[in-house]
Amino acid sequence: MSPFCRAHILVCSGAGCVSSGCRAVYEALMKGLEAEGVLGEARVVQTGCIGSCDLGPVVVIYPEGTFYERVRPEDVSDIVREHVVKGRPVERLLHRCPEGGVSATLSAMEFFKKQVKIVLRNCGVIDPENINEYVARDGYEALARVLTDMEPREVIDIVKRSGLRGRGGAGFPTGLKWEFASRVRADRKYVVCNADEGDPGAFMDRSVLEGDPHSVIEAMTIAGYAIGASQGYVYVRAEYPLAVSRLSHAIHEAREFGVLGANLFGSGFGFDVEIRVGAGAFVCGEETALMASIEGKRGMPRPKPPFPANEGLWAKPTVINNVETLANIPPIILRGPEWFASIGTGNSKGTKVFALAGKINNTGLVEVPMGTTLREIVYEIGGGIPKGRAFKAAQTGGPSGGCIPASLLDTPMDYDTLTKLGSMMGSGGLIIMDEDTCMVDIARFFLQFTQDESCGKCVPCREGTKVMLDILTRITEGKGRPGDIETLEALGNTVKNTALCGLGQTAPNPVLSTLRYFRDEYEAHIYEKRCPAGVCAALVRYRIEAEKCRGCGLCAKACPAGAIAPVAVEEEAAEAAGAGSGRGPRRRIYEVNVNRCQGCGACAQACRFQAVSRR
Amino acid sequence: MSVAIPQEKPKAQPVSGQATPQATPAKALRLTIDGRVVEAYEGDTVLDAARRAGIDIPTLCYHPAVGRIGSCRVCVVEIEGARTLPASCVTPASDGMVVRTNTHAVREARRTVVELLLASHPQDCLECERNGRCELQDLAMRLGIRKARFQREKNYRKPDVSSPALVREPDRCVLCGRCVKVCNDMQGVGALGFAYRGTSAAVTPSFERGIAEARCVSCGQCAKVCPVGAIYEREEWERVFDAIADPDLLVVVQVAPAVRAAVGEEFGLSPGTPVTGKLATALRRLGFDAVFDTQFAADLTVMEEGHELLERVKSRGRLPLITSCSPGWVRYCEAFFPDFLGNLSTCKSPQQMMGALVKTYYARKASVAPDKIFSVSVMPCTAKKSEAARPEMTASGLRDVDVALTTRELARMIKAAGINLDDLPDGEFDAPLGISTGAGALFGVSGGVMEAALRTVCDVAAKKAPGGVEFTEVRGMHGIREAVLMVSGQELRVAVAHGLGNAGRLLQQIRDEKVSYHFIEVMACPGGCVEGGGQPRSCDPEIAFKRAAALYAEDRRAKVRKSHENLAVRRLYDEFLGEPGSEAAHKLLHTTYRSVEEAAGVARKEAM
Repeated sequence: MSPFCRAHILVCSGAGCVSSGCRAVYEALMKGLEAEGVLGEARVVQTGCIGSCDLGPVVVIYPEGTFYERVRPEDVSDIVREHVVKGRPVERLLHRCPEGGVSATLSAMEFFKKQVKIVLRNCGVIDPENINEYVARDGYEALARVLTDMEPREVIDIVKRSGLRGRGGAGFPTGLKWEFASRVRADRKYVVCNADEGDPGAFMDRSVLEGDPHSVIEAMTIAGYAIGASQGYVYVRAEYPLAVSRLSHAIHEAREFGVLGANLFGSGFGFDVEIRVGAGAFVCGEETALMASIEGKRGMPRPKPPFPANEGLWAKPTVINNVETLANIPPIILRGPEWFASIGTGNSKGTKVFALAGKINNTGLVEVPMGTTLREIVYEIGGGIPKGRAFKAAQTGGPSGGCIPASLLDTPMDYDTLTKLGSMMGSGGLIIMDEDTCMVDIARFFLQFTQDESCGKCVPCREGTKVMLDILTRITEGKGRPGDIETLEALGNTVKNTALCGLGQTAPNPVLSTLRYFRDEYEAHIYEKRCPAGVCAALVRYRIEAEKCRGCGLCAKACPAGAIAPVAVEEEAAEAAGAGSGRGPRRRIYEVNVNRCQGCGACAQACRFQAVSRR
Repeated sequence: MSVAIPQEKPKAQPVSGQATPQATPAKALRLTIDGRVVEAYEGDTVLDAARRAGIDIPTLCYHPAVGRIGSCRVCVVEIEGARTLPASCVTPASDGMVVRTNTHAVREARRTVVELLLASHPQDCLECERNGRCELQDLAMRLGIRKARFQREKNYRKPDVSSPALVREPDRCVLCGRCVKVCNDMQGVGALGFAYRGTSAAVTPSFERGIAEARCVSCGQCAKVCPVGAIYEREEWERVFDAIADPDLLVVVQVAPAVRAAVGEEFGLSPGTPVTGKLATALRRLGFDAVFDTQFAADLTVMEEGHELLERVKSRGRLPLITSCSPGWVRYCEAFFPDFLGNLSTCKSPQQMMGALVKTYYARKASVAPDKIFSVSVMPCTAKKSEAARPEMTASGLRDVDVALTTRELARMIKAAGINLDDLPDGEFDAPLGISTGAGALFGVSGGVMEAALRTVCDVAAKKAPGGVEFTEVRGMHGIREAVLMVSGQELRVAVAHGLGNAGRLLQQIRDEKVSYHFIEVMACPGGCVEGGGQPRSCDPEIAFKRAAALYAEDRRAKVRKSHENLAVRRLYDEFLGEPGSEAAHKLLHTTYRSVEEAAGVARKEAM
């Protein structure tokens, strides 16, 4: 194949696009190119995640950067014939903006415009299974520079000066962590990459491993050199089979290329990486539990100190970094700490990848500079809330985080601000909720998750979250009692202050933050037996709005309980309506008998005029 | 003198898990606790420092013999600069630290934590084995909790009654993790572990099998440290009262040495108070027809085992010879080190030797039919229950020991009978099986069997001048100790290990041919029988030393301190057994072992 092609065709092969059928698209594409005789003129690359997962399967064609969304195998012949052969974009497959119109190219899309890609620099660009493509994008240059030009302490100094903080949740300064581990004298040390991404909805670590596995291997090797370790482990969940296979392939390739193994770059320094597959316990993302799991024990956290930097894996000094943290390292080495520190805010440098999900138009992975406001993410990158509904809250940090209300939309997203608001950065889950979300129910949902995933070791986490969950469940079932809010607050604070590990200490966050910003909803549930968002089934009250009812009777027909009956229109209402519309006073409307209503919602589904409200 | 201690004594290896009070204190730290400046040593926790200063922080999962866990969060304190309330039992003390143990926030947090524990804990305290002596009950009382503020649904788990020695009631478990730590880290058995997550989390043998199927060795260390009634010995004391009430039965009892060093604690006496005489009186008042002393059988064990050792050394038999008095250890060897079964002494434990003699020698002497004798033992041990139930322990043709009670069960009987132990006059054990020497008393402490054996072996080997009495080189609390002695010009390398984890380490070193010995004493329980699984539960960090001191004092008080000088034992040989190692002795006093795999194979065949 000639090195020069008329088109570079990138087929997104992140797990999201794999689910929506990118493999078939790829095969159709290869067949189509062959059929048209242009196979030699186009280069097709199966890349990692491009980020816009809801639009998959995604095909991007360079040099133009044309972005095709929701491509089906049968669309491929059009792309080949029109775009590749004739150079004309296929209009009907171009990205449709939520506000209407199409974007011709990826860079013109709102979703990508504000993003700054450091961590995801290679995701969706290179073939993750080809080390040459990584090398072509300056891959392993940082390692070469470190091993040939720098002392370990210089490397640590660079990372410290960059201001990089851990992206796994707690935000501990990475350089300091390395420095602690480097200072301890020991015969063996370890570097561990935490890829046990467990927050529901968060998948940035998976995307990096799937789309750019070498960046993690390179960074781990650099960390190994900095602290004096020669062995690394990547602890990755078994639920990420694609990530595991691409990473193992990458490790294999790196060994063959001589960028992993003994005597790297002739420096005498050697480093190797092995994969450890976790069995899917959320708590194994906690570093001490993770190490126990690597050692073959039950994944249960232990008290700190001793910190892993002093006594980690097999009681040896260990640095544990998250995938996203590590992916930042090579660019920091190559472009310098000052460059990195120039991005972001005071104490939060660089970028953060968020997994945007929930009630938002553009979902997927977004990488933005630290300090970008929630409003920018939701309304510019995210394209706002579907169906024109109102933004109600954003849950950051997954089940350990908290909810941020609409009044704080201009919050800059950085570690300290989020913590101050009672939430946290966490691993970067960002779930957007609209007015149809019940905040009590959301708190219950997240607490259910942490309660299920509690390892059961310490009392506050095991028992405290359960008692809190029982109270929340009771409230959503309409059995809330006066005093419940106070108990939840007191218990939440006790659990936060006394739990053994990060999981327990943050588990009450969703409850405490919703109590802080949406207390009125709790009060409505408890005192008025009403769910303002109309979510909690036991509290839903169906009501037919008289002014919208046309009296068609479909609701009454649909009602299995016979709870809906016509009523005579009251005089005043009839007059008022009659005066306006000219209709006579014989108009009839329907009403719900609340005593008979079972709350099934059949009437609301049947009504063609949105006259049935569920508040 | 035939026994000379070599100039260069090999240094005992310090083994983790055991307190070493003789260790030189490391650098001193100063911290402020509740406004007072308190000194602490490097390596101390905040709890250690506070308790030393007389500030009693309440705890639940922390136990001095188990070590740091940090799971219950009852001992939380305020530390200046800390984000949360750290658990003092796992937080290292550091210089300049400012700690507050008694603020409103701390008290509220502790109270809430205990209330949360009670939310899922059964409230039928009356039905619980630990009622009245329960650490959770005490804690609730101490924190002023009078009602269960929280309630949550409990998942019911069936009690585990698979073991002849131990009963588990998982519903009562508070998941403190003491038993898991003891079973895995200290004993190296791993019969118990955590399973499941969230509120389903449980302590269980793997795959929720019965503990008997999980290679449990019945050592009972779990039961000894359980703060609540989740693991305890299979109670059999009511059967003993029934037997006493049966006019047709002659009820005979034997008491192990370690029992007398500890049973007083159940009656409020300070640890280490020996109550030997009072104990004999109490047993008689309980209605036992004959009160014998397991120490007699201990002396007999020394005779048989000493003979075995000399034989093996002389005939170049399999060495090292390893003691077999501790049934937990025997079971451990059968389960985990079957290649060492040939090294185990074939001698039965003193309990079983006594059992075999009671229904033969004593039955003949007392002219009672063996099947009219009900033989009871009082042991510091839960594994003795399993041992008494072994099919090969029927030398008399009947089950040699009908019931093996723990020290705790005996205390229950004494209390139930309305006897106040402390007020009793001193009594004597019955002849002939109640006559013993100081050497027999040493069986209750780690190193004691070795010391008792050395006293006799050195004398017997030298044949003329008596050898030494006190062999202090085998005493102490290091997990593995070793010594080299000269016995009539021959070097005798011995080792002592206590706690099965230490035993496993020692055997592994022998397997790897890193060390070699002639004679090894192994006790399953850390500290020896004084810290056996059937002993009174105690949170005193010095308890093993105090109880051991009681037995050493007993030995020093004894007029006869060497087993072979026990006239009753000599008479037994003259009248009944012949000589040590004789055929009669072998029939009654020796036994065989088989690995658990082999035993399982036999059981399978029998079932087919």
